[in-house]
Amino acid sequence: MKFTLSWLKEHLDTTASLDDILDALNRIGLEVEGVEDKAAKLKGFSIAYVISAEKHPNADKLRVCMVDTGAGEPVQVVCGAPNARTGMKSVFSPPGTYIPGKDITLGVGSIRGVESRGMLCSAAELELSEDHDGIIDLPEDAPVGVPYVDWMGLDDPVIEIAVTPNRADALGVHGVARDLAAAGLGRLVEDAIAPVAGAFPCPVKVTIADGAPCPAFALRLIRGVKNGPSPEWLQNKLRAIGLRPINALVDVTNLLTFDQNRPLHVFDAGKVQGNLVVRRAKSSVRYDEFFTDDPNEWIDLGHPVKIDPENPNHYWVGFPDAETLLALDGKTYALDETMCVIADARAVESLAGVMGGEESGCDEGTTDVLVESALWEPINIASTGRKLGLNSDARFRFERGIDPAFTVPGLELATKLILDLCGGEASEIELAGAIPDTARTIAFPLLLTDRLAGLAAEDDEQIDVLTRLGFKVSGSSGTVDVTPPSWRGDIEGKADLVEEVVRILGLDRVPSLPFERDENALKPVLTTLQLRTRKAKRALATRGLVEAVTWSFVPKLQAELFGGGAPELALANPIASDLSDMRPSLLPGLVRSSQANADRGLGDSALFEVGQVFKGDRPQDQFTAATGLRRALAKPVGAGRHWSAKAQPVDAFDAKADALAVLAACGAPVANLQISADAPDWFHPGRSGTFRLGANVIGHFGELHPSVLEAMDVEGPLVGFEVLLDCIPTPKAKPTRVKPLLELAAFQPVERDFAFLVPRSVAAGDMVKAAAGVDRKLITAVNVFDLYEGPGIEADSKSVALSVTLQPREKTMTDAEIEAVAAKIVAEVTKKTGATLRG
Amino acid sequence: MSVAALPDLDALERDLTAGIAAAGDEPGLEAVRVAALGKKGSVSELLKSLGGMSPEERKTAGPAINGLRDRLNEAIAARRTELKAAALAKRLETERVDVTLPVREAPAELGRVHPISQVIDELTAIFADMGFAVAEGPDIEDDFHNFTALNFPEGHPAREMHDTFYLPTKEDGSRLVLRTHTSPVQVRTMLTQKPPIRVICPGRTYRSDSDQTHTPMFHQVEGLVIDKGSNLGHLKWILEEFCKAFFEVDGVKMRFRPSFFPFTEPSMEVDIQCDRSRPGEIRFGEGSDWLEILGCGMVHPNVLRNCGLDPDEYQGFAWGMGIDRIAMLKYGMPDLRAFFEADVRWLSHYGFRPLDFPTLAGGLSN
Repeated sequence: MKFTLSWLKEHLDTTASLDDILDALNRIGLEVEGVEDKAAKLKGFSIAYVISAEKHPNADKLRVCMVDTGAGEPVQVVCGAPNARTGMKSVFSPPGTYIPGKDITLGVGSIRGVESRGMLCSAAELELSEDHDGIIDLPEDAPVGVPYVDWMGLDDPVIEIAVTPNRADALGVHGVARDLAAAGLGRLVEDAIAPVAGAFPCPVKVTIADGAPCPAFALRLIRGVKNGPSPEWLQNKLRAIGLRPINALVDVTNLLTFDQNRPLHVFDAGKVQGNLVVRRAKSSVRYDEFFTDDPNEWIDLGHPVKIDPENPNHYWVGFPDAETLLALDGKTYALDETMCVIADARAVESLAGVMGGEESGCDEGTTDVLVESALWEPINIASTGRKLGLNSDARFRFERGIDPAFTVPGLELATKLILDLCGGEASEIELAGAIPDTARTIAFPLLLTDRLAGLAAEDDEQIDVLTRLGFKVSGSSGTVDVTPPSWRGDIEGKADLVEEVVRILGLDRVPSLPFERDENALKPVLTTLQLRTRKAKRALATRGLVEAVTWSFVPKLQAELFGGGAPELALANPIASDLSDMRPSLLPGLVRSSQANADRGLGDSALFEVGQVFKGDRPQDQFTAATGLRRALAKPVGAGRHWSAKAQPVDAFDAKADALAVLAACGAPVANLQISADAPDWFHPGRSGTFRLGANVIGHFGELHPSVLEAMDVEGPLVGFEVLLDCIPTPKAKPTRVKPLLELAAFQPVERDFAFLVPRSVAAGDMVKAAAGVDRKLITAVNVFDLYEGPGIEADSKSVALSVTLQPREKTMTDAEIEAVAAKIVAEVTKKTGATLRG
Repeated sequence: MSVAALPDLDALERDLTAGIAAAGDEPGLEAVRVAALGKKGSVSELLKSLGGMSPEERKTAGPAINGLRDRLNEAIAARRTELKAAALAKRLETERVDVTLPVREAPAELGRVHPISQVIDELTAIFADMGFAVAEGPDIEDDFHNFTALNFPEGHPAREMHDTFYLPTKEDGSRLVLRTHTSPVQVRTMLTQKPPIRVICPGRTYRSDSDQTHTPMFHQVEGLVIDKGSNLGHLKWILEEFCKAFFEVDGVKMRFRPSFFPFTEPSMEVDIQCDRSRPGEIRFGEGSDWLEILGCGMVHPNVLRNCGLDPDEYQGFAWGMGIDRIAMLKYGMPDLRAFFEADVRWLSHYGFRPLDFPTLAGGLSN
């Protein structure tokens, strides 16, 4: 919402300075977005007369102009504008002037050998409009030598405020002035609006059709007007706030839109046929006949199709056949039955509350004008505007809700202005529907201001604020009855009244009150999952992985590659086609990021993310995953090549180690994990695994499947893991924090090594389990310390060497006892896995 | 045997001493020792000969031979020490590493925590100290929790302030949304917990908007207090304390401006004092510029009612701000979009070391 300082002062009798006004606007909730002082910015530009404009001797498209600037001798200026001509008046800037539209400071120049001492300017160069087709062409009576901004009436600061959606009343200068007056910045200027007596009945009747979202519609004819450019004061006012003056009749409607927050519409009565109906737009379906082989194509495109029962190749395809309107913005809009229109006997003439039609618009030839002042249901206006993508100052106001009581006074004010500017004779007012009575009373306990806002204001102070804002208050203490004014449709209850009182008295009067800790303050506040999330992040970062935060949406193809892509998780309105589906896994985002880093020359990246994944659209289908991805040489010991050892690419065990680190950090019983080679499809089938606890899948790890890399057009090697933090069982709460007593054995542990030959398919984990199971008390550790496949042993076999630690507890073991245990271990491993002890 | 039968001890000592000195290594020295003092060594033989001497002869020969033996032992020990030292020196001479060779950096030095995670941990530390729990909710929300319960009437222009992402329309005509703010978590909290309530709700939020300062996904944190007496004055205090703690300054001026949100009444926006006179740098708690950082207000009576609370009995306040935004302000990242690009260079530079855990005791950014 923009207005000039002088415009504001037409409604606010004040001696306050611009700065005081700006401060007050911010204080009362009408946030100042900007102030533009064109007078200061454009003071170097003045009106000049072009004495002569001759062709440049060395350039066809340039002219050499002699310019009378009103100060001394004529000045020579080289000008490239196509409209530069002898005898015109334009805007001149001397050397040294800053040209805002070009961001340069003018100097004395020589253009193709001819000296140029200044410039004739376009409106774009002054940043007054987009028009840079030629230099500003001023009327003959423009006074030479006078600063252009003064003559244009631009020497008036333009204030722009942001108006929140609840404050429709502040979308008119009068409403802004009322707020400022209430805040003590001056007196609101309230001129009574005198009705204009109608000289004859309005010849055009208005009917509001059943179900039309229009409570009231007021109309009057003014005949015998002389339309044309509006007077300078009106044009300047509109131009100052960025509107283009059109003609007096239209300019009056725009003026009242911004002055009073009362949008109006004017029809050229000569172009309106018969009476007006306010109704919903009509939409129907038109059926066109077809004779081809396949109606399915049309069905797939969503068209209704009727097929001839006798001949399947003969059918009719339905096409929407809606009413349309060529609107004042020059575009044609297809309407549907949810939208409200004003139609005459001929066709739709106007889109209710949003924009008028070109056909019945007013131009300089208009002699009879129908002036409309109507009320519309805000939600309907909002939905129509949104559907058509049509924004207008009228829509902006109607969808926020304007003052219903001002419907007829607004029309009277418009009538008076039109009669003043264009002459003519006004009819009586035709009013269809009824002005709704919005009067309501709110019981307002004055103490509520203290209770909700902590602001202890005197009763009379509060009542005074409300009264100045136009509220009627009955009572003087305790609980008072408050009737909001008709222009404050946003006031629903007593909390709204507290806001009015507090914003006008000033939020700086609300004291800062210490907020006591309550008895919960010393208890931990994080849930198990929250703790796991933060522990997982720190655990992975200490392993050298870098945390990424990637989009929650991924391309459909990638969602499908990683087990997602369900239709209910595809966004209906994605912002881009590669941000289309809710992610089923964090891997696709990390894979893409890893390739993007490789493309920047950082091939050895180790990334992780801890975040939400979506298995369905219900709250319980959202899980928190911890996922890591290592690429190329990003090993846990350090990334890249190093003199200390030959560089090895990442492998499934790096991912497994990362996963186990997360699981351990999150308190999972790592010793009880079952690990099996059955990871999902996006992993390499032979180099990946799944973690389970009981029947629950906790996560996966391994090398990514080569065809996934190919489908995503990325290069490996890539190894990764994913762990679902929600699936880790929550340990039982313990009554005490005491740790179990440490038992230190008094005897030295014994270590025995065994080398087995087993088929390659045997899992080393099963061998370890078999060995450990021989005597769970005595055997404290089983480790795989060597693994060999290759020459020297059978092709389908491998050699697995275990070292078993025995911890005697009561006495030192004899050689015979040790041998007995060793024999049992060999027997058990052999029995369970088909291993043979190597000699 | 007679004394005259004794060989020339001096000559023997000279020979043996020369032999000890000449031994170039420990085995050589040992050979000399065995030749002199071994079982059949020359000196050992002399000692054996003492037994056949007369007491007078023994009186002179005994000390002479024993003296010789002791001196030889000493000389051998000294020589052995010398040889050991020389051998060690020689070994050490060959055992050289280039100490300027680079070591592997500790993984914990390479790993980083994203600024968003770090800032969430900072916020949690500050508000946990004031007794706030952390509440979370789903990213995919229904219309009730995201809008209706929060007093956004159907079709109201306030809904248009949120550029909402929708999921496909279901058979019953309803459609889920990606939450446009973390406020639905407040609704879920009020519907499931009895007051008094003190929670903060950090999380991901979504709006279909993308430019220099907007990304379709971003992070918010909201706070909610519901009880029977907390008012705007307490909210002011909490926000002042928060800003001091978060921006780690002794004091910061704040400006509260009336504003509008459907779910609060009265509503306010809050600016904080800052100094932006240095290019590319913002300092808080000084200067005369203002920067908007959050929106807040008293929970709207309709929201309380929608959550089953009687507004004449319960009241409270809520506030919300962008986590990404306050992270940018505090740590000086110039571009929001870079938060989500996973550029390792950016993450390594703006990310945090894994052991730099924010605590109130040790400082948030220690």
